[in-house]
Parts: sequence; C-alpha cells; structure tokens
Amino acid sequence: MVQMQDVTKIYDSSGTVALDGVNLTINEGEFVFLVGPSGSGKTTLMKCITGEVRATAGEIVVNDFDMMKIKQRKLSKVRRTLGVVFQDYRLIENMTVYDNVAFAMRVVGAKGKNIAKRVPYVLELVGLEGREKRFPNELSGGEQQRVAIARALVNNPRMIVADEPTGNLDPVRSLELMLLFEKINEMGTTVLVVTHEKELVNAFSRRVITIDEGRVVSDDGDGYYSYELQ
Amino acid sequence: MTGMGITVMSFSKITYLLREGFRSIRTHGFMSFASVTIITACLIIMGSIALLSLNIDALIKDLEQQNEVVAFVDDSIEDEAQASALQTSIQQVGNLSSVEFVSRTSAMDSFMSKYDDRLMEGIDETVFRHRFVLHLEDISLMAETKAKLEAIDGIAKVNAHIEYANRFVRVRNIVTVISLILTAVLTFVSFFIMSNTIKLTTYGRREEIAIMKMVGATNAFIRTPFVIEGLILGLLGGFLGFLAVWGLYTALTGNIMNSLTGSFLTLIPFRTVMLPLLVAFLGIGVLIGVFGGVNAIRNYLKV
Repeated sequence: MVQMQDVTKIYDSSGTVALDGVNLTINEGEFVFLVGPSGSGKTTLMKCITGEVRATAGEIVVNDFDMMKIKQRKLSKVRRTLGVVFQDYRLIENMTVYDNVAFAMRVVGAKGKNIAKRVPYVLELVGLEGREKRFPNELSGGEQQRVAIARALVNNPRMIVADEPTGNLDPVRSLELMLLFEKINEMGTTVLVVTHEKELVNAFSRRVITIDEGRVVSDDGDGYYSYELQ
Repeated sequence: MTGMGITVMSFSKITYLLREGFRSIRTHGFMSFASVTIITACLIIMGSIALLSLNIDALIKDLEQQNEVVAFVDDSIEDEAQASALQTSIQQVGNLSSVEFVSRTSAMDSFMSKYDDRLMEGIDETVFRHRFVLHLEDISLMAETKAKLEAIDGIAKVNAHIEYANRFVRVRNIVTVISLILTAVLTFVSFFIMSNTIKLTTYGRREEIAIMKMVGATNAFIRTPFVIEGLILGLLGGFLGFLAVWGLYTALTGNIMNSLTGSFLTLIPFRTVMLPLLVAFLGIGVLIGVFGGVNAIRNYLKV
C-alpha cells in the first residue's frame, strides 16, 4: 500500500521541481498504471516509493513504513516488501536464469532449502520453465524481462513496481507481459506499472493515474489513458 | 545489524559471504597481487623504521646509563658511616636506577689507579669527599632530580651533565616523532591503495550491488564480502611483510655484528621483537584491509 500526501521533490543540484504536491493512495491488491510524458515526474515518484529518492516535503507511507523518517540503512526492510522491475531488465550477465533469481533470495539470507523450492516455482509462474540454465544474452528481450519479474517476485513482495517494463519490447511481447502482471495481481500482489504506452494502457480496464509537471492531473478508475502525448 | 556487519548469521549465509570474498580475490588476481605487494612493501619500510628507531633508542639508553650523576657529601661530615647514612634521604628523591656510596678512601684509590702516583704525593684522602654515584631512570628529569639532591641536608654539590642529557632526550624525541610520522604516512598510503584496489573490483560488480540494494540486502551483507577480501589481502600482506623484515634484519645485523662496528654496537636480536612485530604487522594489515574494504564500497551503499 502506498499513501502520498502533498509530496514535493526538488532536486538540490538543479533546483528542478520534479514532484509538486502529489496526493495519491494505492490500496492493497490494486493494479494501477502511472502514466505521463517524459519528465513528468513518473520516475521520481517511483523512486520515492522504493526509497532511492527522498522527498523534500510531504508524507509517504509504503507498506507501513514511513518513508520520510526511515533511516538509510533501514531501507532494506522496505525493499523486501517491494519487487522492482526496470525497462532494461538489469540482469547479471554472468549468472544463469536460475542464479539470477536465486541471487535475490540468497542476498536477503534465505535458506538453501527454501531457495531450491521457491525459484523453480516462480520461474514456472512467469513461463520460463526449461530456461533455468540459460544466460541472459541467450534469451529474447521478453524472456529477459520475465526473468526480472521472477526475481522481483521471488521474495514474495506485497507490491510490484515496474518502471517502463515494456519500453524495449514489441507490442505483442508487451501485451503478454502485461497479462503476466495481471496474473500476478490476481494472485494478490499489488502492481504499479509506470508507462507512457497509450495503447497498452487502454487495452486494460484498470485504474490510471496521470501525472504531468509533477502533479496528478487525473486519476481514473475507468482505465483510459486520457493524456495526449506531446 | 551492527555497523561492521558482524551479527549472528546462519551457516549458509557465512559460507556464501566467505565464498564471495575469495571469488573476488581470484577473479581480480592481478589487482589482488598488486595490493598485497603494496602492503608488503609499506610494511617492510615501516618495519625497518621501527627496528631502526628501536635500535637507536636502545643505543641511547645504553649511553644514558653511562651518564653518571655524582652527589658530593658536605665536608663537615667526616665520619664515613654518618655520610653513607645519607643514602636513605637520597633514595627518597626517586628517579634513581642505582645509588652507590663511595667513601673518600675508595674515591682516592680509584683516582690513584688512573693517574701517576707521583701526582698525589703529599696529598691525603681528606682532599676527596665522600660521595654518591647515581644513575637516573629518566634522564629527561635530570635537572629536577639534581635540584632535589642539592636540597638534601649534608649534600654539598651535585655534578650532572644536564646539557648532554638534554641532547640525548632531544635525539630520542626526534627519532620517535619521525618514525611515527613515517608510519602514519605509510599506513595511509597502503590504506588508499587497498581501498582503490577493492574499488576496482566493486566497479565490475556495481550491477550486482545495485540489485542487492534493490531486493533489500542489508548494507552489512553487501559490505561483508569486500571486507573479507580486504581482510585476507591485508593479512597476507602483513605476514609477507613480516617474513621479509625478519629475513632482511637477520641478514643485516649478522653482517654488522661480524664487522668491526659490531664490536662496540649492541643490536637488538630479532627474537626479542618478533612477536610484537608480527602482531603489529598482522594488525596493521587487518586494519588497512577492513577499512579499505569498507571505504571502497561506501559510495554504492548510499542508494
């Protein structure tokens, strides 16, 4: 769950106002698209949720953690409740598909027995059974993003945050990936997808939050991408 | 979690972290070799300075011991027993490593033995005074001790070479300061090089570190392999440095002892400093390694 109240972010170095009084609530179990043109503040907003960026003012609560007050070294606790997916997959090139996913469990101190049980299950969930021993560069873009999703899911997060996950994929693969996110959401995980792909958003009847110049300009439950890209 | 990341961990976690530490050393063989070499080299220089200053120190102490203070008993005290009784008051002054009473008779005898008898013709022992020959524990306090001795009732005069004493103290202080400065500089240099070596190994793994941060690995967990890497390299450098200094010192002192200089120079044998030196080297190695590792990874943990 994410709650934001009057969230403002001004970058010290440039003085840029990235977020200008954002108010929004994402409830447990929701599927939400966050849309907006480049430079609208989408990525900053996402980073405020993951703790990579600290807001200048306002209130942010993510999965019961107060992001305005949390100490730097306690951020790991928040992140264990989140699964993050990026546009460029961010897989480790010299690790197999299996190890890329298992790595996420190992580094949070999971037991070997649990890893051996959980990783194959998650890989099957994202449709990568039989691909365990492959390396990332032997896979297609869509498959690589599935590995990244498996990695995001493996620690059983309460929420998946995906930043332009289909940015590097063709329309068919993008749609497939969105269907996978929908499936994950149906299993109970909150999903937040940041994107600027109008067609894709409109193909799903989901809540759409539109942001521009650091403000929420619309928040529609009917699932239509109303914003016209410039 | 504690700052350094040493907490109770599961066995699988410990083996994972150890394996990661060793893996990094293996995959960055040349850089690991380079940083061990640098630490070894710095420790050889540090060790040489330490041994040199220890030897200078020992030499000066030796010379100091030859620097006597003589306290003359007042002429009015003729009786030998009465004079030697002053010893109690003298000992209360403190800072004395030895106090020896010399009667006027034995003072004359020793004088006579040094010079021609004829020089002393017609002179009797009353020309000499009863005296105490003293050695000090700390010659830097010589002036103070001299004043205290002079204040004793029955002591007429105290002969002490304060200028010499001050010169010795100055030399010793300079040697100590120089060796401390050099040690500090070399420690910093090794730390800096170690830190940069590990930084290079982290560069190739920055993606991994970013992913670890993203999935919620603790800072301590991420840091530990790099600290282990530094620790191993530091210990190795420390041990190799110790072996090198041992070899060099033994060879060098052997040569000096066999040469002419050796006859009037006493050098500290290596075995007397062996253990403290080994402990110091390993300690410095560990320190450089651990802090090098922590420092190298610092920037990656801020996200």
